[in-house]
Amino acid sequence: MQKEFREKINTALHNPNLTGALGRFSEAYRISREKAYEGIDFEAVRTQIADRKGYAAAHLDELADRFTRNIEARGAKVFRTDDPAKVREYILHLAQQNGVKTIVKSKSMASEEIHLNPFLEKAGIEVRETDLGEWIIQLAGQTPSHMVMPAIHMTKEEVADLFSDKVEQGQAPDIPKLVKFARGKLRTKFLSAEMGITGANIAVAETGTLVIITNEGNARLVTTLPKIHVAIVGIEKLMSDFADVVPVLTALPRSATAQLLTSYVTMISGPVPNTDGSPKQLHVILMDNRRTEMSQDPKFKEALQCIRCASCLNVCPVFRLVGGHVFGKVYTGGIGTILTAWFDALKASDEIQSLCIQCGNCTQVCPGKVPIPDLILELRRRLAVEKGQTLAQKAIFSVVNNRRLFHSMLRTASLAQKPLAKDGFIRHLPFFLSDMTEFRSLPAIADVPFRDKFKEIEQTPQKEKAAFYSGCLIDFAYPEMGEAVVKILNKAGIEVIFPEGQTCCGAPARFSGAYEVAAQNAKDNINALLEQDVEYVVSACPTCTVALKQDFIHTFESLEQTDSLPRARELAAKVVDLSTLVKKLVDEGRLTFKEGRQLGKVTYHDSCHLKRTLNVSEQPRELLTKAGYEISEMFEADMCCGMGGSYSLKLPEISAPILERKLTNIKQTGAPLVVMDCPGCVMQIRGGMDKDGAAIKVEHTAQRLAEELE
Amino acid sequence: MGRPQPETGNCLMTSIFDTFKLRAEAVSAEVHRFPRKAAAIDFIVGYLQAAAVADSPQSYAVWADCPFLAGVNKAKIAERVPGLSFEVTRERAADSKVGISQLDWAMASTGSLIQDAAPVERRLVSTLPPIHIAIVETNRIVPDMPAVFSKIGPGQTNYISFITGPSRTADIERVLTIGVHGPEKLIIVFVDDMAAVN
Repeated sequence: MQKEFREKINTALHNPNLTGALGRFSEAYRISREKAYEGIDFEAVRTQIADRKGYAAAHLDELADRFTRNIEARGAKVFRTDDPAKVREYILHLAQQNGVKTIVKSKSMASEEIHLNPFLEKAGIEVRETDLGEWIIQLAGQTPSHMVMPAIHMTKEEVADLFSDKVEQGQAPDIPKLVKFARGKLRTKFLSAEMGITGANIAVAETGTLVIITNEGNARLVTTLPKIHVAIVGIEKLMSDFADVVPVLTALPRSATAQLLTSYVTMISGPVPNTDGSPKQLHVILMDNRRTEMSQDPKFKEALQCIRCASCLNVCPVFRLVGGHVFGKVYTGGIGTILTAWFDALKASDEIQSLCIQCGNCTQVCPGKVPIPDLILELRRRLAVEKGQTLAQKAIFSVVNNRRLFHSMLRTASLAQKPLAKDGFIRHLPFFLSDMTEFRSLPAIADVPFRDKFKEIEQTPQKEKAAFYSGCLIDFAYPEMGEAVVKILNKAGIEVIFPEGQTCCGAPARFSGAYEVAAQNAKDNINALLEQDVEYVVSACPTCTVALKQDFIHTFESLEQTDSLPRARELAAKVVDLSTLVKKLVDEGRLTFKEGRQLGKVTYHDSCHLKRTLNVSEQPRELLTKAGYEISEMFEADMCCGMGGSYSLKLPEISAPILERKLTNIKQTGAPLVVMDCPGCVMQIRGGMDKDGAAIKVEHTAQRLAEELE
Repeated sequence: MGRPQPETGNCLMTSIFDTFKLRAEAVSAEVHRFPRKAAAIDFIVGYLQAAAVADSPQSYAVWADCPFLAGVNKAKIAERVPGLSFEVTRERAADSKVGISQLDWAMASTGSLIQDAAPVERRLVSTLPPIHIAIVETNRIVPDMPAVFSKIGPGQTNYISFITGPSRTADIERVLTIGVHGPEKLIIVFVDDMAAVN
């Protein structure tokens, strides 16, 4: 990561206006969004949108033709091009031909994508953004920090100073007055402009209709007062039928701003009369700029299902800390990263893609069902292929890939850390490694790893067997969690085996884009875990469970290693996470809790991969309740803790404030105990609590349950 | 909708009206309802007078031609409100405090009004003045978007407007502020019986 980018991150993190505004907004957003969707079947609506946008993405050419025929039949002119330069030239030429001196614009991301304003201004044409937020950032010479709320990073004081400085002296930091001031100043521009430029939210092929959504009413003025209207439309806005408008209009305002509908929706299907009675010149520019290429990519075609609501920004634990000037370019946040890679250049997404912590929050709210985290991983993979891995990465993965070397190094480390470790924690590390322990203590590496401890556990041989996949953290840092798993399964009459050949699950390599390494990890693990015939393959780490159950298959598919798929599927069918298995065993009466226990309050932290990839959230809560605990839910229980595997090592400055929020939310429940299903989350949260000094116990569900089962 | 109504029909209309009113008021629109045109005219005239509409720039009012005005004595109304004009030009609308027009449909699910807005005067009176009075026939309230699109679509007109409450922004510090580029007030006037004149 470049030093410059790190500095940008740190500047954003230390801007209390930015983090305050974004933080408050994102907290309120979750609640207001839910309220806006009351009475609406979100899953049904988004399935419809994904379906109709998916259809459009597969028929872009045909829809563009139909749209063109229909709107031209009514008198509009359509210009279709792949080339952003030709878009700029077309508009400039049109302006010059018609003696245009002033242009008013309502919001158009497509125009920002092609840097239209500076181009026209250079040619001596005055271009005014009229959306209030866009006007503010135009005056400030910035790019939008959020796709829907472009100036969310600025305070009223900053806006007042900006207006005073750039427009008219003496503006006070009073929001209604600032808005009135903008109305007055922009009104004269609306009335004098000879050309209006808009974007469009939808372009319907069947009827040749542009659908434009605004709250301020500026698009109505832009399309009414000037005699020329130019609409710049990215071709991914095309949809086939007029009926397709309904699901998009149902979801877009609700997801974007938690409104049932925006103040204005305008549907234009041809020229209308000007105020002097003459017919308006209506030009529609259908801009490709690699969208067709994107639609032919088996993975990235799904990104064309985006309706630009920006809900992926609003729920992102990283975006709310750094905002769009760090997390994005013209397009911001998770989807912005993907669009940047295509509409700008793959390389341009290199740094911003690293900000994604892969928590999956965005997948829950995306109205277009765009698999944003998966697509960001795919970017990471392609970037890794393009530029190759750094030497340090290569060194790490060559170790991870060599099971014996990896394990012997960790054991050596266990001895080397001795002088630093105290009560099972490492609180300080020397020199360049100190970042790792700045905001949380790290667990000391266990003297005896689980793989050795396991050999000492006495078990009664049983017919029913389960293979335990420990994962690195349980093996080397938290062997007691592994012992708890064995204890629980033994109680249910299941014998546990520990296949010695198991190695790293490959998640670190996969999350870094090193798919070849991940594939080798997958093969080693498949061979080890399928060696003996077992009923279940159990893991007490959700990230490992996802790797075994889903990612091995995805990795082989990405690399087109189809030969490996059948065995990967055979393994996947046996893999189960601990809470799901224990709940099943409890339901079957094979496990029972000690009777009449009243254990007091506990709060439960949902781990990202367990909740959102494996869809497990009720099982551990039910088990804890049956054990005798009273669950006291924390705020944002399913928000990421900031661990994200190696993320917390690569971006400790972001991981730390995410953890801080989590600790605050845990403490606010008043529970003396927080339980979770993921050893990675335990490492992060326990380490944070240790540094914080709060007297709250942090435990893995396995250990809690092992003690409370008969 | 003629009166008297069969009981069930009336009930149905009342409930859909209530839903509309609830939704529209939730987005800061004002909603009024009158049985006949005469009462609606009296209300509008009273409103214009109270808003200090006068025969001077920035204080004018403009009323776009609409079915509601059929059979209405415009000169008589203009007499009661100096500064009110039924001739809508760009300049006059830009200098007006109030714009009046009739909207074609109302959508209960979101409290929205829908209009074929191809004739430019309909857009001028509802975009430029700070106050917009929107007249709607009560029996033109439909439940939701699919119902709206069964009544009006791009087949009939090149410009369809959905209006939901007054113009708004939250672009500075996420603080909701009413009235940025469009009207800061939306006064919706339902009329049950459009046929009756006085």
